[in-house]
Amino acid sequence: MIRKHSLAIGACLAVLAVGAAHAQANRAEVIHWWTSGGESAAIQEIANGYKAAGGTWVDSAIAGGEPARAAAINRIVGGNPSTAAQFNTSQQFLDIVKGGMLNNVDEVAKKNDWDKILPGPVLKAIKVDGHFYAVPVNIHMPAWFWYSKAAFAKAGVTAEPKTPDEFFATLDKLKAAGVTPVAFGGQPWQEKIVFDALLAHIGGPDLYLKVYKGDQKAIASPEFKNVLASFKKLKNYTDAGAPNRNWNDATSMVISGKAGVQIMGDWAKGEFQAAKQTAGKEFGCFPGFGPKAPYIIAGDVFVFPKTNDAAAIKSQQLLATVMTSPATQVAFNNKKGSIPIRTDVDAKSMDICAQQGIAAMKDVSRQLPNPEMLVAPDIAGALQDVVTKFWNTNQSVDDAVKAVGAAVKG
Amino acid sequence: MLPMLATVLFAYLGTVFWSVRVSVSSSRTLPSSDFVGLAQYTRLFASERWLLSLENVVVFGVIFIVACLVLGFLLAVFIDQKVAGEGVLRTVFLYPYAMSFVATGLIWQWVLNPELGIQSTVRALGFETFTFDWIATQDKVMYAIALAAVWQAAGLVMALMLAGLRGIDDSLWKAARIDGIPTWRVYMSIVLPMLGPSIGTAVVLLSVSVVKVYDVVVAMTQGGPGLASEVPGKFIMDNLFGRSNIGLASAASTVLLLTVLALLTPWMYARARAARNGGHR
Repeated sequence: MIRKHSLAIGACLAVLAVGAAHAQANRAEVIHWWTSGGESAAIQEIANGYKAAGGTWVDSAIAGGEPARAAAINRIVGGNPSTAAQFNTSQQFLDIVKGGMLNNVDEVAKKNDWDKILPGPVLKAIKVDGHFYAVPVNIHMPAWFWYSKAAFAKAGVTAEPKTPDEFFATLDKLKAAGVTPVAFGGQPWQEKIVFDALLAHIGGPDLYLKVYKGDQKAIASPEFKNVLASFKKLKNYTDAGAPNRNWNDATSMVISGKAGVQIMGDWAKGEFQAAKQTAGKEFGCFPGFGPKAPYIIAGDVFVFPKTNDAAAIKSQQLLATVMTSPATQVAFNNKKGSIPIRTDVDAKSMDICAQQGIAAMKDVSRQLPNPEMLVAPDIAGALQDVVTKFWNTNQSVDDAVKAVGAAVKG
Repeated sequence: MLPMLATVLFAYLGTVFWSVRVSVSSSRTLPSSDFVGLAQYTRLFASERWLLSLENVVVFGVIFIVACLVLGFLLAVFIDQKVAGEGVLRTVFLYPYAMSFVATGLIWQWVLNPELGIQSTVRALGFETFTFDWIATQDKVMYAIALAAVWQAAGLVMALMLAGLRGIDDSLWKAARIDGIPTWRVYMSIVLPMLGPSIGTAVVLLSVSVVKVYDVVVAMTQGGPGLASEVPGKFIMDNLFGRSNIGLASAASTVLLLTVLALLTPWMYARARAARNGGHR
């Protein structure tokens, strides 16, 4: 009896659900992990854009990147996928592309000439075998140098460092002035970000790319050893409270002028803004040393799980169009702290750090993909283990070189 | 019984077998159905981080269980002295257990942080050279985590032991007093053996939290500094989600399951024997 009843109820619900789906035009359920204040305000801009284009936005926010991606994949595998799901601009979604579980957005891409307007590294991440499988929405730069103008003034530093040597000289001056030179958050992912920054800026883009492509000769080279040594040298400029420190606690050391520099992604800008500080006034930012410094590119994309439902495909296409339109791009990225994926937008309304970023993006030779675009999540994780071990123990540079060499093999 | 049986079969045994199956495949983000033999296990035991995790969980487990039992027993004995305000004290001691491991970890992270917590407070009082930086030190961080975990779980052991102590008949104490046996001796030689079942329960409960320890580590250190406080649970979770390597994660959880079974089987066998022999006594 009970089973019969529940069957009947289930059937009713199914009918209702189908009815509801028909009632809502272009219904799109979007899984994402933007739950903090600034982030949810940002995704709201995309939702508004989608609604204005005649769609119905169903928000599926899941706190935390890993759980959100796991939920998206579970629903795809379980046969009940969302309309769209967030991933990072990386190889995170490569396996599900290869498993034939995503719809491509070739039509939208061709109509909007993505091949021309999108930066190379992003294109490479979203284009698999000639098809576009993800819609990029922003470009994050994970390794900006943020500094306190007050701390620099106290130490008598007048100009931003233009070379690695000037950078270490600046840190020495800060130390002499009694300021913690580097605001450091000793968590593995933060250590990895700092390491990548030094690899790109001290080792150079060539070495960076070779190391992440698993070139054993480059890994054994004196240049790479120098990068490792410089990375370790940075530890002398951190304080005793650095281990386990959260990134935003490190940022607040720069905000209060207790520390000089923090190497962190552009999301740190939100912390400065929350403390009512303005870029260029109380704090400064530079993406690397000198005007030609490489600009590391990371970011977020949305993918569209495979479905044969014509209505759902229409929603997916509409979402892709809205997400990449110039108006949505500026509105969204202003709130998110990142920069637009296209350089043909009006940057005047953005702050000076974002403007520096857009300027850097216009120079193709400065664009450098972040490690997650170059290696599988598995290898990226193994490398993170190596870096954090090297930073925190007395492991020699030579042993670290061996460990890096083994980790990139997977 | 039938729904229960189905739950056990599908939800427990089914998923166990599924994990074992995945652990001998090359699965990454998605489960695949190929067969690669023991390749994932080879990789697992070549991983420095996994071996370190195993070592750490043993260190943590021994400290945690022993300290919880000793402290819990002492607290129970203390409360059993018919102290004033017993109800209040009992609540105070048990209260940490009502908190999640995550909250515990966060609190202790701040207390133990050398720049914010105990160390800086004592230094501010004038003891400039006072050092208490376990949580930031490679070879002491597991003690820091054990400290937080003991703080949380000792109250539970106290409650279990106290129930056991209350079950001991007053006549026993009177007899001991007439014979002139010192109190500590009564506790050691008579009461403690009588608490056997309580201790057994406590050990089982504590062991379970040792095997699955994850949240307190994530909240306190995220496995750091470096890899110094990595534990198997975190290795599995990281590989399962962040590193999309469910093959390796399943291999790791299978190893963990086998370890638990290897420890549990002799114990259950011994208990079954004891129960049989008990019948003849």
